[in-house]
Amino acid sequence: MRIVAENLEQAYESAGRRLVVLRDISFTVEPDEFVAIVGPSGSGKTTLLGLLAGLDRPSSGRVLLDGRDLGAMSEDERAAFRAANVGFVFQTFQLIPTLTALENVLVPLELKGNGQRADVERARALLERVGLGERLDHYPAQLSGGEQQRVALARAFANEPAVLFADEPTGNLDAENGAAVADLLVELNRERRTTLVLVTHDPKLAARAGRVIRLEGGRIVSDSGGAGRAVPRASAEGAAAGGAPEGGAA
Amino acid sequence: MNARFALRMAHRELRAHRRRVVVYMAAIATGVAALVAVNSFRSDVARAVSRDARAILGADLELRSREGFTAPVQALIDSLEAAGYETARAIRFGSMAYTTANRNAPRLLEVNALEGGYPFYGRVTTEPAEAWQTFREGRRAVVDPAVLVYLGAAVGDTLRIGDAAFEIAGVLTEYPGELGVRVAVGPRVFIPRAYVEETNLLRFGSLASHRAYFRIEDTREVHRLIEAYDDLFDAERTRVETVAEVEEELGEALGSLARFLGLIALAALLLGCVGVASAVHVFVKERTETVALLRCLGARPRTVFAIYLIEAAALGAGGAAVGAAAGTGIQFLLPALLAPFVPVDIEPRVNLTAVVGGLALGALVALAFALLPLLRIREVTPLRALRRDFAARVRRLEPWRAAVLALLAAGITAASISQAPDVWTGLGFAAGIAATTALLGATAWLLMRGARRWLPRGAGYAVRQGVANLFRPQNQTLAATLGIGFGVFLLATLRVVQVNVLGQLEVDTGSHRPNLALFDIQDDQVVELNALLAERGVSPLGSEAIVPARISAVNGRPVAEILADTTGRRPPRWVLNREYRNTYRDTLVETETLTAGRWWNEAPAPSAPGVARISLDEDIAEELRIGVGDRITWDVQGVPVESEVASLRRINWARLATNFFVVFEPGTLDDAPKTHVVLARVEDPTERAALQRAVVERFSNISMLDLVRVQETVDAVLSRAALAVRFMALFSIAAGLIVLVGSVATTRYQRLHESALLRTLGARAREIRRILAVEYLAIGTVAALSGSALAAAAGWGLARFVFEMPYRVPWGSLAAAWLLASALTVAVGFASSRGVVRRPPLATLREIAE
Repeated sequence: MRIVAENLEQAYESAGRRLVVLRDISFTVEPDEFVAIVGPSGSGKTTLLGLLAGLDRPSSGRVLLDGRDLGAMSEDERAAFRAANVGFVFQTFQLIPTLTALENVLVPLELKGNGQRADVERARALLERVGLGERLDHYPAQLSGGEQQRVALARAFANEPAVLFADEPTGNLDAENGAAVADLLVELNRERRTTLVLVTHDPKLAARAGRVIRLEGGRIVSDSGGAGRAVPRASAEGAAAGGAPEGGAA
Repeated sequence: MNARFALRMAHRELRAHRRRVVVYMAAIATGVAALVAVNSFRSDVARAVSRDARAILGADLELRSREGFTAPVQALIDSLEAAGYETARAIRFGSMAYTTANRNAPRLLEVNALEGGYPFYGRVTTEPAEAWQTFREGRRAVVDPAVLVYLGAAVGDTLRIGDAAFEIAGVLTEYPGELGVRVAVGPRVFIPRAYVEETNLLRFGSLASHRAYFRIEDTREVHRLIEAYDDLFDAERTRVETVAEVEEELGEALGSLARFLGLIALAALLLGCVGVASAVHVFVKERTETVALLRCLGARPRTVFAIYLIEAAALGAGGAAVGAAAGTGIQFLLPALLAPFVPVDIEPRVNLTAVVGGLALGALVALAFALLPLLRIREVTPLRALRRDFAARVRRLEPWRAAVLALLAAGITAASISQAPDVWTGLGFAAGIAATTALLGATAWLLMRGARRWLPRGAGYAVRQGVANLFRPQNQTLAATLGIGFGVFLLATLRVVQVNVLGQLEVDTGSHRPNLALFDIQDDQVVELNALLAERGVSPLGSEAIVPARISAVNGRPVAEILADTTGRRPPRWVLNREYRNTYRDTLVETETLTAGRWWNEAPAPSAPGVARISLDEDIAEELRIGVGDRITWDVQGVPVESEVASLRRINWARLATNFFVVFEPGTLDDAPKTHVVLARVEDPTERAALQRAVVERFSNISMLDLVRVQETVDAVLSRAALAVRFMALFSIAAGLIVLVGSVATTRYQRLHESALLRTLGARAREIRRILAVEYLAIGTVAALSGSALAAAAGWGLARFVFEMPYRVPWGSLAAAWLLASALTVAVGFASSRGVVRRPPLATLREIAE
C-alpha cells in the first residue's frame, strides 16, 4: 500500500503555548517498502507514526493511504479502514490483559466480523509461526516480555494488513529477545509482502530497513529513499547482514 | 457496529474480573432484594386484607353510635332483624378491671358486651374451647391472654368490672383481625350484653360505643341499604362500616406502611448504584489503554462503547436477578417482623409483578448509573496506545452526558414517586436523595481539597502517605464518602427520630410530671375522691373539667345544612359530627402555644352578651374553616351555648398530657354537666398500684391510666416499628459496605503495586497497615460525620414538619453512630486489603512490572 505524507504539520496547545511537534513533512512510501523512522527522543517519530496510521488528525497537511485521504474520513471510516488494512506493533506490546494469547490474536479478525473456525485456525497457525503454539491459552501476565511481543506480532499480521506500523518494537526487550522479535518481524513482513513503517532507536533494526528517514526537532533531516524511490529489498538486507550502522543515511 | 465482536469481548472481560463482578452484582442485588421483598410483601398484604376484610369486620354491615341508637335507627335495626338478617348487638367501652384473687393494680380494659352470634365470619378459638359459647350463658367473661398477665389472674378467677363480677371462662387464642399492638394497648374482655347494666358503668361521660352487626350476604343489598338510609344515618349521627370500607381503609393503612419501607429499600438500591457508578468510573480509567488499542486495531468508538455497555447491562441484570431471588425469599421474614401492625394472616407468595418490577428497576437504574462514566469511553483517542501521557482533550457537558443526567434524575424521581405513599412524599424523598448526595459529594470534595492543601508535613511518613492517598489518581474518596455517609445518614436519622419521640413521652423520676391520670370522675365524686387521695398522702397535680358537647351550628348555619350543602368545599363530616370533650381554664398549659388572637385577659370582650369566648386548636379551626371572631353554637347535653373564637393554639400532642381541641373561658360552663380528670404523681410503683386498687374499689366507674405503663407500651410499639425499619435500613448499610469493599477492590491492583514497591524499599507491614489505617480513618470519620450531621438536620425537619414536636439533638446517639461507622470503615478497609499487606513483594512486582 502506498503511503503519501503531504506537508504535515502537527502542533499542540500546551500551557497556553503552541508547541510544534512536526513541520513540513512530505514523503511517499511505496507498496512493499520497509521504512525506518529514526531520530532522538522528542523528535516527533511517534507523532508521525500516529498521523500516518490515522490515529490523530494533523494540524495541517494530509496523509493518503492507497490514495485515500485519511483526514477526509470520519472516525468510523478510519476505524473500518484500519481494521481492514492496518497492523500495529507497540513498544509496550499492548496486549489486552483480560484475553488469552489466542484471543488477543483473534481480536482483529473478529473486528472484521468473522471469528469463525477458520479464523481460530489462522490465529493458532500464526502463534505457532511465532513459536508460541504451546501457549495459546496463557494470559499476557503469564508470558515473558519477548513472548508478549511475539503474540503482538501474530496479532499485527492476523488481518493480513497491507501496511504495518511498528513503534519501537524491540525497545522494551533485551538484546537477545529484541533480535528474535526483529528477525520475526522482518521475516513475516517479507513473507506477507506488507508495507512496513517502523520507528526505532535500535541502529541494527534500522539498518535492516530499505530506507531510513531521520527526524530532528520535528523536521526530516535526511531520507535515504530520496523522492519516493524504492530501495531494492536485497540491498537493504545485505546492508543489515553486514551490520552497517544506521543505514548510512546521515 | 460489530455486535458479535462486542458481545464476545464483553464476555471475555467479565471472565477476567470475577472478584469485581461479585462486588458489582452484590451492590445491585442488595437494593433489588429489599425492593422485591417489600413490594411482594405489599401485594401479600393486599391479598390478605381482601381475603380477611369480612372476617375483620365480623359482619357485612356494622352500625355504630356513641349515645346508643336513637329510635329511628333502632326501628331500622329491628326491621332488618325481622326481615331475617342475622343480627348481633354489642356495647364497647373502657373500664378498669381487677381480680379478687389478688391485690394487683387494676388495668384499663376494653369491655365488649356481646349479644348474638357475632362475629358471623372468621374463626374464634378459646382455651378451653367451649368458653366462647359458655360465657354467654351467665356472668362469665372471655379475655385476651394479656389480661391474665396484667392482672395476675387465671381462668376461673373472678373479674370485677364496675359493680359486676364475672368468672373468667377462658382466654382467646385466635380472633379475626388480631392486632398485636392494639391488644397491648387495650386488652379485651368479652361479657354477655345482658349483664352490662349490672356494671353500672354506662353513666354520663363514659366513652361507650353501641354497635349493631348484620349478616347480609348479598353485597348489593348492603349497598342499597346504605344508599337508602344515608340521610338517616347522618341525621342520627350513626356511623356505618362495610366490608368494602374495611378493606379500603386497612389496605390503605398497610399500604402506606409498606410503601414507607419501600422508600428505604429504594434508598438501598440507589446507594448500590452509587457504588456501581464509581466502580465503572474506576474501571473505565483502567481500561483506557485497552480501549485505545482496540481503536488502533480498527474498532469503531461505538463498538468499544458497546463492549462495556453490554458488560454493565449484563452485570446489572445479573445483580438484579440475584436480588429478585433473594428478595422473594426475604419477604417470608417480613410478616414476622411486622406482625404486630398487620391484623391479617399473611401468606407470602412469589409475586411476579414485584419480581419483574424489581428486576427491571434494578437493571435499568444500574445501567443508567453506569452510563455516565461509560460515556467517557467514547472520548478515548487511539493515540493513547502509542503515548501513555496523551490525555483526552476536552471535558465538556456534551449532549449525551446531559441526556443521561436528565434520564437519571427523571428515573430516580419516577421510582421514588412509585414507591412513596403519595406524590409529595415521593418528590420530597427524591429531593432529599439529591440534597444528601450533593452535600456528601461536597464533603468528599472538601476532604480531598483539604487533604491536598493541609497535608500534614510535620507528621510521620505513614500519616502523610495515608492522607495523600485521599486525593491520588483513582482514589475512592468520593465513592466511599457517598456510601458510608448515606448509610450513616439513614440509620442515624431513624435513631434521632426514635429518641425524640420517646423523649417526648419520658416520665422522668425526679420531675414534677404526673404519672397517673384518673378520669370519668363524676361531679359528685370529686370531694370524696380528693379525700381518699389526701388520706393516702397524694396531692393532685392538676384537675380538669370535661364538658362533652357537639357542634350544632357554625356562624349561625346548622350543621345539617352545612353537611347537606354539596356546592363548594365544606368541612369534613367528622369535625362537624364528633363529640367534643371541652374544658375551661384560665391559663395556657405547657404543651400549648398561642398562634392567633389573644388569651382571655388580653382579648376583646365578646361581641354580644351571653356569648362565651373559646380557644380552638389551630388544626381543628382549619378543618372547620373558621378563625378568630367566628361563632360556634354548641349543644351541651341539649342546652345551646353560643361561643366566639378568641384565639387559636398549637398543641404538642406528642406529650402525654390532657389536651383539648376546645378550651372555654372559665365561668362560661360552670353549670354544664361534666366529668373530671385528676392528675397525680405517685413515685412508688407498689403504692401507685395500691392507690388504683383503692380508687376502683370505691369508685368503680373511675378509670385510671398508669402513664408509666402507657409509656412502656408505646416504647414497645415504637421499638417494634423501629426494628422493622432498621431491618430495611440494614439493606442500605449492606449496600454501603459493599460499595466500600468494592471501592477498595477496584484500587486493589494499584495498592498491590504500591505496597510491593514500599516493601521493596524497606517499609514494614506495620507501616503499610498504618498508611491504610490513616486513609480509611480519614474517609470513615469525615463521611460518618457528614452523615450524622445530615441526620441531625433531617431529624429537625421531620420533628418540625412531620411529627410537629420540639426537637432535641441526641448527641450521644450521633456520636455513637459516628464512632461506630468510622471503626467499621477501618475494619472493612483492612479486611479487604489483607492480601495487599501479606503478599511477598516479589510476587506482586513480577506480576505487574514489564
